Parts: sequence; structure tokens; C-alpha cells
Amino acid sequence: MNALELRNVSKRFGSILANSHVDLTVKKGEILAILGENGSGKTTLMNMISGIYHPDEGEIFVNGEPAVISSPRDAFGYKIGMIHQHFKLVDVFTATENIVLGINDGRRYNLKEATKRVGEIAEKYGFEIDPRKKVYAMSVSEKQTVEIVKVLYRGADILILDEPTAVLTPQETQKLFAVLRRMRDDGKSIIIITHKLHEVLSLSDRVSVLRRGEYIGTVCTAETDEAALTEMMVGKKILLNIERTTPHDTADRLMVRGLKLFDQDGRAVLDDIAFTAKSGEILGIAGIAGSGQRELLEAIAGLQHLSEGEIIYHNPKTDKEENLRDKTPTQIRELGVRLSFVPEDRLGMGLVGNMDIVDNMMLRSYKKGRSVFVDRQPPKELAEHIIESLEVVTPGVTTPVRRLSGGNVQKVLVGREIAAAPTVLMAAYPVRGLDINSSYIIYNLLNQQKENGVAVIFVGEDLDVLTELCDRIMVINSGRVTGIVDGRTATKEQLGLLMTKTEGGAAHEKA
Amino acid sequence: MKKPEKHTREPLLYVCKRNNMSLKTGILVRAIAVFLALLVCAVVAKVLTGDNPLSIFATVGKGAFGTGRTLVTIHDVAILLCISLAVTPAFRMRFWNTGAEGQVLIGCLSTAVCMLVLGGKVADWLLILIMTAAAIVSGVIWGVIPAFFKAQWGTNETLFTLMMNYVAIQLIEYFLKIADKTGSNVVGPDLLRHGWFPNLFGVQYLLNIVIVVILTVLMFVYLKYSKHGYEISVVGGSENTARYIGINVKKVIVRTMALSGAVCGIAGLLLVGGSSHSIDSNLADGRGFTAIMVSWLAKFNPLMMVLTSLLLVFMARGADEVTSKFGLNSAFADILTGIILFFIIGCEFFINYEVHLNRRKKAAVAQEGEN
Repeated sequence: MNALELRNVSKRFGSILANSHVDLTVKKGEILAILGENGSGKTTLMNMISGIYHPDEGEIFVNGEPAVISSPRDAFGYKIGMIHQHFKLVDVFTATENIVLGINDGRRYNLKEATKRVGEIAEKYGFEIDPRKKVYAMSVSEKQTVEIVKVLYRGADILILDEPTAVLTPQETQKLFAVLRRMRDDGKSIIIITHKLHEVLSLSDRVSVLRRGEYIGTVCTAETDEAALTEMMVGKKILLNIERTTPHDTADRLMVRGLKLFDQDGRAVLDDIAFTAKSGEILGIAGIAGSGQRELLEAIAGLQHLSEGEIIYHNPKTDKEENLRDKTPTQIRELGVRLSFVPEDRLGMGLVGNMDIVDNMMLRSYKKGRSVFVDRQPPKELAEHIIESLEVVTPGVTTPVRRLSGGNVQKVLVGREIAAAPTVLMAAYPVRGLDINSSYIIYNLLNQQKENGVAVIFVGEDLDVLTELCDRIMVINSGRVTGIVDGRTATKEQLGLLMTKTEGGAAHEKA
Repeated sequence: MKKPEKHTREPLLYVCKRNNMSLKTGILVRAIAVFLALLVCAVVAKVLTGDNPLSIFATVGKGAFGTGRTLVTIHDVAILLCISLAVTPAFRMRFWNTGAEGQVLIGCLSTAVCMLVLGGKVADWLLILIMTAAAIVSGVIWGVIPAFFKAQWGTNETLFTLMMNYVAIQLIEYFLKIADKTGSNVVGPDLLRHGWFPNLFGVQYLLNIVIVVILTVLMFVYLKYSKHGYEISVVGGSENTARYIGINVKKVIVRTMALSGAVCGIAGLLLVGGSSHSIDSNLADGRGFTAIMVSWLAKFNPLMMVLTSLLLVFMARGADEVTSKFGLNSAFADILTGIILFFIIGCEFFINYEVHLNRRKKAAVAQEGEN
């Protein structure tokens, strides 16, 4: 019997059709992967199953009976539970307290009994969880475990996981997959949303593919492969190769030594970071989210107050060395350092969402000239050039960038930063939220910059991409460098180990 | 059918954001809003007073633009517009300046002090220059103090500017005590005899109006086309982005509030030197707060603010006339103004969002009807 069935479900937001006539079945005791690029409607579809949105058309059946799910509470009534990408936990509560939070079953609140039940669930499926640990002291994967147990505690038989591996290391991912398999064997139905092909292939029983809101089809995982799935996902054949050339004429461009940065609570966010970025080379930075990647790039860009260390820039034109520490972005630019920076939070830093594309192009250049007025002609031409060359989908150059989709916002930002003809290009998660096609456009742009002799620093999360794109990969954990490895020989397992390695500093660069 | 009661829980309406509304539709929606507002006003007027709504509307119009009143109304619009222009640059930077009232009052005060102390001792043209400088400088000081604290220590600008209002009011009260020994609440034209603005072409207030027109155009150009205006938009849009490209955020905050304060100071100068030739602690008459509404309604566009300030002044003056002519309680005028504002602000919802009837719900209702 089908645990969950969707027939002809559609959802519209204004003029955008987020889901169009989607049919989907989930059997009892199987893992179904929902595969699709960003914006293909995966999350909208799951939100309709979990009661956050309501379908405009179509029907939902749970265990063969028609169901109307108007709220997350209704969804729990049908034993459907969703684990969101962003955790919804109370930091100062323990695991158990978070798990029982909001349950109103008419019985007395009994923490002891609840703790016991949490322990039973954990044992049954092999979770590693300490019911008495407070959430603020937990790692990301522990928090995720709490979220999953929370859903199981409420008796969910159908679990929906929205991109659960995005924040996990390869080792944690394997652990999660083992737990999910055990839950499947216990008769639970699991829906996992992802766009990582290798995860789909290693975990799921069947795969349903969405493309631009439309349901493309469902295949058995055993009968398909990476190329076939990509074709279903994108609609055309794509070569998933990144061309990595051997660096030539490299020279030390940016030498970072002994960087130390403390946050407001006095904890070290960057601890004795040292590395060298060379021209004509892509240096990858790998690490679990929040290991200090953002602060490191911001420190180089002149946006953080360091307590120790130096950032030496070697100017290829004048052959002089400049220390960029304690300089503002303006001062850095005035030194003739052409530093471009694509920050991770594009609309929060890097672009202004309410301004149109032309005004956003102007951010780097508006100060030029002595006139008190801004000259919008050059940025307009630049905007038109970027829209054309990077295939930005937009109604026009005067559209506010917040109206653009994530991929197009990113193209606007990367396009602008590259147009500044940088000598150092820093990009933090530049393909986050982008479809496969756009991702490869960005990778190619980075490679081009490398060919042009730019020192590229690339912070990534997909280890497959890091090992394919980068010449060297630096791994950081809790603000410390745990290793710098050769991108051509590094394996994902090796990187994963370094990402969780606690005693740092001793790692040596392999030649 | 199983459990039909569940169907009733489906939401009947759902709302989603509009992509972009054409200018024409936008105007149409607002026109409908005004029409509906007048309709509701008419009903309320009829029910509450029994008077003919049409004659009430006619009285409103006469109150604002009747014989001999047009110029006063336009002057009122000009003063309100001037203060609105002052708060706008800060608002575009998302600096919520609620201290325009105090900044205007301190401008009034320094103007009055100059008139009192220097009146008759220097030539009138020189006196007016000194008054102008004093009004601007005092306005700048009143604006920069909270801006500096905000930039340096991140204090809350809304509370800070609000409290600066009371300081200004108390300073004026103190001045009144010293300047006028009779203990009156006003220092009037009999004491402030010098430094009056000349009548342009023999028309009273015309100089004030011309100054505000020029200010409006300048402010529009400054915000839209100057580098400063661009920096203000960037800081307002995202402070992190501003830091990222190397804008000195603190400097922009202080500079913009200095500008706001300066224009408020000018408004105070126009009030004392250009029209009333007197000063009391209620001279700004809440316009520092009304200006906030003018600026918001116009979406911080100086040219649009001409219309919104006209609307608010028109309503206020018309309402006064209605109250006196029909012998109604003054609260009635406020009710009418409130109804009109409710519709005008409320229609923005329909400009930004569209509301749909749930199609499935409709289908379900139809089906049940057939059964």
C-alpha cells in the first residue's frame, strides 16, 4: 500500500507556477529521493505535504484515504513529520525538553518518562543522542538528530528531510544514512530532498525528479545512473567535468600569517591561521559551516578587527609588499590592491536588494571622478554586458535585484566582482543555491580568472567540487588550519577527517 | 465522503505578493480608495450628524481653498513639506528620526533670539543672514547629537531624537520667561520687530513658498543623482554592503542627520522669520510628526511629498471649517481625517499584494450545492 500519494497537485504563487500537476507516491518502508535543481519546486511540494502551504489543485492521500492538511498539526495527525533545513530548536533547553515541546496529549508533563522514551527511540534506530544535553552545546549534526527524534517521538511514519546533508561532514552523512536505512527497515517511509546525485544513488530506493515545478518521472535507483538523473533534472545532457589546468607562472600573491580574531564573547574565531595564496592558482577552503570561513575572508577584505597576525599582499606591478591588516576596504583599494570578494550572504553583503542592477553595478565604482553626481552610464553598460554574457534572467536592468532568483543574483555579483579585474578573487560558496548549469558557468569563470593569473580563493561546501576544481585545499576547523592538501590527490575521506580534527596546527603542506 | 467538516478548515482566501503594478493601475487603486473613503465619510457624517454629506464636503473644500484662504493653505503645505523634506534623507537611510519637532523648534528659538537681541542693531538684510545661519547651525546640532551617539555606540535613534524634542520645548519655555516679563506664553511681533522676511511681489508668504519649492527640487536631485544620495540608499539598503564597499557608515549617518537638522532649522526660520514673527513652544504644532506620515505616504520621494502634504493640510483645514460651521465637536473632524488616511494607507496593501479566492474551496462549495 502507498503510505502517501499525491495526485495532480498544483501550487501557484502569483504568476509563478511552483508545482504543476505533480503525481507522487511513497510506499511503506522505502526511501524516496526528490531530486531537482533549486527552484524546481521540491520544497514547495514538501511544504504542502507538511501543512505549511495548501495546494491550489489536486489531492493528497494518506494510507489510501483522502487527506486535507491545513497546518503542521494536521500533518502530525496523519503521522507526517518534516525536518527542515533550518533547525527550529530552543537553545537553552535540553534535547528532551525540545522534543516534548508543544506536545499536548492530555497527559501530565513527565520529563523522566520522556527522557526514557527518547532513549528507547535512540537505541532502536541507532541515534547518538544525550537527552540531557542543552542545544547550545550541540554540534550541527546533534541538533539534526534532535529534530529527527522529535518527529519520531510524535509517532511519525512518514518523514520528510529537506537537504539534511548540507551541513554535515562526509562521516556524519554516512551515520545519518545508516539511521535512515534502519528506519526504512522498520517500515517507515522517508522522503529526502537533495540535489546531490551521489547521495541519491547511495541511499534511496526510488527517485522522483522535478524540473521547473513539473513532475518529470520516477525511476528505481538501481536502474539508473548519474548521467541519466542529470538529464532528467536539467532536461539536456550536461558534461559534469571541470577542466583543471596545471598552474603556471605562480607567484606568492597573498601571505597570511598568524591571524587571530576573537568574537564578542572572547572566543577565538580565527586561531593562528596561516597560508599563502598564489597567483594563477585556485586555493580551496573546506570546513564545516561556521568554522571561521566567513570571518577569514572578511578579515582579508578589511572588515574585521584582528587582534594578531598580518596579511601581506605582494603587488605584482610595483613588486612591493603591503600589510593589509587594520586597513579599511577603501584604504586597501587606494593601495592599488585589486581585491574582489563574493561574500556568502549575497543580499546581506555585496548587493543591495532594493536597488536595481545598474545601481548595484555602481557599488564598486561610484566614487570615481570628482563630480558630486553619479554617472549611471558606465554601470548601465556593465549591467547589460553581464546580463548578456552570463545569461542573467531579468525583466531589465532596472529590476531590483531582490526580485531575481538566487542564481541570477549570484551572476550579477560575480560578474561585477570579476569586472573589477582583480588580482585576488575571494568567493564564498559562490554556487550555493544555483542550478547545475549556472554552477558550471561560475566554475568556468573561476578557472578563467586562474588562467589570467588571479589568485583565487574558493570557499566551498561540496567536497566533490573542491577536489575537482582546486589546486590546493586548506581545511579549517573551529578557526584553525587542520591541513593544506594537494587538490589533485586529496580524497573526500581525508578532507572529512581534517574537517573534524580537533588538534590543529601540526599539519604540514604536502608538496 | 469522509469527515466533511475538514473541508471547512481550508483557508478561503490566500494572499501573495504582486510582481509589479503598472502606474495606471496604481493610480486607479488609489482613486478607488479615495472614493471609498469619501463614501464612508458621507455615511458616517449622515448617521452621526444628520447633515447633508455633500454640503459637508463642500465646506471642507471651502475651508482649504475658499476666498482668502488659498495662500494660507499653500503656505501651510510649504511648511509641512519643508519638514518632510528634512526627515526624508534620514528615513531613506533607515534612521528613524522622530525629532523633527525639536529640530524645528530649536531653529525657531535661535531665529527668535537673533531677532530679539540683534533687532535694530544691525541692518535687516544682515540680520536675516545671521538668523539663517543660526537656525541652520542649531538645527544641525540638534540632528547631529543623536546621530553621533547612534554611529558611535549604536544607541536607539527613535528614543533619542524623541527626547531631544522635550529639551527644545523646555528651552523655548525658558526663553519665553526671560524675554517676556509679563508672563505671557508667547513672544509676539511686538517684541520681534526686526528681521521680518520681505514680501515677494507684495505677496505675503510667497518668499517662504519659493524657498520650499527650491528646496524640494534640490532634495530630489540630491537623493536621486548625487553620490551622497547614493551612499544614503546603500546604507539604508544594507549596512553590511556599505561597509563591504568601503563606505564610512558612521560618517554617512552623521552627515545625513546634519542635513536633516539643517533643513528642519530652515523650517523653523521660515516659521518665525517668514510668517508668524512670534514664538511659543507649540509653534511647530506637531508637524514634526505629521511630516513622518507625509514622507512615508510618498515613499520618501520629495516630488510625491508635494501631493501627500497637500492632502494632509487640505484635510486638516477643511476639517476645522466643518467643525466650526456645523457646530460639531472637533473630534468629528479627526474622525473624517482618520477614515481617509485609513483608506489611503490601506490601499497600499492591494498595491503590494494580490488576494485570491481559493479555487478549490469555490469548487467544493459549488459541488456541495449540486448535491
